[in-house]
Amino acid sequence: MTRKPANRDAFSVLDRPNSYIGKTVPRPNLDRLMQGRGLYVSDIELPRMAHVVFLRSPHAHAKITGIDAAAAERMPGVIAVVTGQEIAVVITPWVGVLSHLKGLKSAPQSAIAVDRVCWQGEAVAAIIATSRAAAEDAAEHISVAYEELDAVTDMQTALDPTTSVIHPALGDNLAFERNHDAGAVDAAFAASDEVVEAEFIFGRHTGVTLEPRSVVADWNSAEGRLTIYQGTQAPHMVQNIAALHLGLQESQVRVVCKDVGGSFGIKVHVYADEMATYALSKLLRRPVKFVADRVESFNTDIHARDHRCKGKIGVKRDGIITAFEIDDLTGIGPYSMYPRTSAIEANQVVNLVGGPYVTKNYRARARVVFQNKNVMCQYRAVGHPIACSVTEGLVDLAAMKIGMDPVEIRRRNLIADDAYPCASPSGLRFEQLSHHAALAKLIKMMDYDALRAEQAMLRAKNIHRGIGIASFIEVTNPSAAFYGVGGAKISSQDGVAVRLDAQGAVVCQTSITEQGQGSESLTAQIVGSVLGVSMDRVRVILGDTDNTPYGGGTWASRGAGIGGEAALQATKVLRKNILDVAAAILQSSPGDLDIVSNSVVNVSDGAPRIELSELARIVYFRPDTLPPGIQAELMATRHFVPREYPFAFTNGVQASWLEVDTDTGFVKLLKHWVVEDCGTIINPQLVDEQIRGGVVQGLGAALFEKCVYDERGQLTNANMADYLVPMSGEMPDIDIGHVVSPTMESELGAKGAGEAGTAGAAAAVTNAVNDALRPFGAIITEIPLTPQMILTALGRI
Amino acid sequence: MKASAFAYARPTSVPSALELLVAYGDKAKVLSGGQSLMPAMNLRLISPEFIVDIGELAELRGIVVKGDVLTVRALTRHVDVLRSPEIATHAPLLRDATSHVAHPAIRNRGTLGGSLAHADPASELPACMVALGATVIVCGPRGERRIPAQEFFTGIYETALSPQELLVAVELPVARKDSVHFFHEFARRHGDYAIVGLAAQSTIVDGQFTDLRLGFFAVGDRPLLAGAAGKLVNVAVTPEVLANASAVLGEELDPQEDQQATPAMRRHLAKVLLQRCVSTLLSRADLQSGVPAR
Repeated sequence: MTRKPANRDAFSVLDRPNSYIGKTVPRPNLDRLMQGRGLYVSDIELPRMAHVVFLRSPHAHAKITGIDAAAAERMPGVIAVVTGQEIAVVITPWVGVLSHLKGLKSAPQSAIAVDRVCWQGEAVAAIIATSRAAAEDAAEHISVAYEELDAVTDMQTALDPTTSVIHPALGDNLAFERNHDAGAVDAAFAASDEVVEAEFIFGRHTGVTLEPRSVVADWNSAEGRLTIYQGTQAPHMVQNIAALHLGLQESQVRVVCKDVGGSFGIKVHVYADEMATYALSKLLRRPVKFVADRVESFNTDIHARDHRCKGKIGVKRDGIITAFEIDDLTGIGPYSMYPRTSAIEANQVVNLVGGPYVTKNYRARARVVFQNKNVMCQYRAVGHPIACSVTEGLVDLAAMKIGMDPVEIRRRNLIADDAYPCASPSGLRFEQLSHHAALAKLIKMMDYDALRAEQAMLRAKNIHRGIGIASFIEVTNPSAAFYGVGGAKISSQDGVAVRLDAQGAVVCQTSITEQGQGSESLTAQIVGSVLGVSMDRVRVILGDTDNTPYGGGTWASRGAGIGGEAALQATKVLRKNILDVAAAILQSSPGDLDIVSNSVVNVSDGAPRIELSELARIVYFRPDTLPPGIQAELMATRHFVPREYPFAFTNGVQASWLEVDTDTGFVKLLKHWVVEDCGTIINPQLVDEQIRGGVVQGLGAALFEKCVYDERGQLTNANMADYLVPMSGEMPDIDIGHVVSPTMESELGAKGAGEAGTAGAAAAVTNAVNDALRPFGAIITEIPLTPQMILTALGRI
Repeated sequence: MKASAFAYARPTSVPSALELLVAYGDKAKVLSGGQSLMPAMNLRLISPEFIVDIGELAELRGIVVKGDVLTVRALTRHVDVLRSPEIATHAPLLRDATSHVAHPAIRNRGTLGGSLAHADPASELPACMVALGATVIVCGPRGERRIPAQEFFTGIYETALSPQELLVAVELPVARKDSVHFFHEFARRHGDYAIVGLAAQSTIVDGQFTDLRLGFFAVGDRPLLAGAAGKLVNVAVTPEVLANASAVLGEELDPQEDQQATPAMRRHLAKVLLQRCVSTLLSRADLQSGVPAR
């Protein structure tokens, strides 16, 4: 199914000899990590380094009427206890809004709460001591007097006039509202044979990174410079924000990001406690380390989802979908998160609902409200699982209503593969998608008809299995349209510098970052392939604002598509520069030469002419022997950002096969399939594992994960025993297939693959559960789908 | 997540461990495998002043069969139970149950004695002790006490063990040749604490139970030896007999509500377990009804 881009350079990285593109090669960082030689923030020890522990509010909403830290300050090992008022001297508050999200409002948020706490877990004081244990001991001796305030916890009543307003200056609890109306929705519903409505409910959950958020901040007052060691996805963004609020120039802030133990969007934000740690280092003029423990991770790492979305679909008897309509409500906690804001997920839901389908009739409303719970923001596949579950849930309900097979209704409504370029009803532009090819491949992989036969056979034996299908679109390779146009200093371009060292090896500095997805590997594969050197000669440096080009980092599935293209373009320049020098040395012409397997060779017969190590020796140590006027440039830098399309959309389809034990309500996942189109595949194994990991996080949302708050705003399951992350024992085999439609925006043709798995997994599972429960007349549109919920729907309890 | 400061001792004999427990009383905590104690301390849910680490008491290790009695000493780790041929032969129920205890990393450290002394009502092993009719042996300043398992567990995390006493072993009757067992639990993920579980031991003659001990767990504040078993012994089990036993079981249970399940769901699942246990042990598929579709 590979579509060959028409307008390509004669020279293409895709078909060079010894290319690593499209090959599964081991990640360069594997041995280092497997041998325990990774360097995470927790591993960093600096002279005079102190540890900070934050005393956090036990209340969801309360006035702080007094803080008595005298006893704590006298405890052994305690260096200082710092309150919100005291830290405000060195760091300014922030407001998480962006101008392109019209009407989005939020209140100023401080590094440490001043006067008032707005969620259970907000920091009220910092205890800095010689060890984390000493600081925790001291924290127990701080007494904070609170006066409890009404807590706004239920998003459904947050906008009621009788509900108290969390930030009175804002007037109400509505952070953001977006309305969209395309086509002729009312007429379409009126002309439909059937109209089906349902309310879809999504539990609040979170990313649960293996390595918690962690920072070492080191203010060097002699240099007037702050070095921040942090596991972040976006070092330059952190540099900008830290400088802005500490009153520094960006040149006074260096952000170093070594190994990161998982991120999933959790580490793409700047959190209050991280800001406080930077400020404390400046205040105390010494390095300060903050490593969140698991309880505070649950209480303060951004949460996500938590939507209630009413959906409506119209359908003709022949299966043609006439319109979609949604009304989405989400609660984001007391502040819009900084600097990316908490309106993005709801905005994405509006963007993405109905996206795979032909109908142009689409009406949407999304409302984002404040509440006294932990902040919500972007987590892997932002908005996608909501939009996909609503869309695909409605499509299945429509199919059920008219008695059509779920695959057939999709065949009749998915945008045709030859209809591109085109736009979605929400105005998103699609360059080239492949819904039908993907669906056809999926049906073949899963042997759909055989599964349906097996399902029917087992039903007779009172065994209830279900098949769920979910088509989806995925936002990748975001341009400035995501954040830059709204005023956020979050770069959408990335840069790569490559240089040939004196022994013919390559040093590559890139502004994308690595959190386990393989950024380092894909960069080395591209550089090695384009240049013609073996990968073991390519060393990739990332995660250091002093030592990499300026760029966005790794998030929203942009590393391969944007950073990878920058690497390709930089390496092309380096290759040209090398061949120019080689031609001068060899008295040949650059066009007659190529680089293959670390040597310059003749294009004509492939005969080796000069090894890169020898060329480098001449350039660096005997430039006197080069012809006059030749100045070698064995370093090249290029940047890239997509300009034509704001986003490179990808598409895919997932299927779930599962069994519901109707006596117990337990769901056993039997098998899962994904067909995905991310354009050019650089490393098939990395892509497949990205998708599998994403599917597992989607399955977590479908069946297990939920941050359970009580009505007073207390998070009641902030631990790994009660918050159920998906574990291998419950995961099915996940088969993955690909359709390849490269983007023409770049020579590489790569689109992202990081969100795909998470985007559709929950929708596939929910549809499969409802398919299994069909003989019982039960339909569930809420996740996580718990045994309790299923037994209740079955009327068993 | 760092424990409060505490004093620590690692005695080398049971008498010296007992001396420490007598001296410190309820200010001390016994550290065995540490798989429940250490997380609780790190979360500062408890802050004992004194830790008595019994890890070096070699006399508390080992599994011994003597006549009709299988003795499992307190420091026997879950992994040792899983690998023991004596357990496999003489208490296969215990082996099956132990495979459901958490995960390998935890089973490598956690001990049988620790699990029993901790007395989590959702834990598998206390229910096995009740189902198997075990005797818990504790040592204290006034010597040894032998406590029937059913009397040992007295509430949520509560046992008949006094702060001055140390659990040293359990004694189990060797499984009879004609006995069969059943173990199953409903947990959201493998290795989690059960929502409801059942450890059952029985003897069957001519398709009828002559003995049936049903040890339910996670259905109340302690493991329950269900009286409903009495309705199933020495009778031909019909769907009606089973339904009657199930109704009796429902009345016996006093399940708690938590985030996984309401009391009604626990009661329902316990009945499902009873049905599956009986149909499995008697090899009677006809008793495994399932819910018919509408």
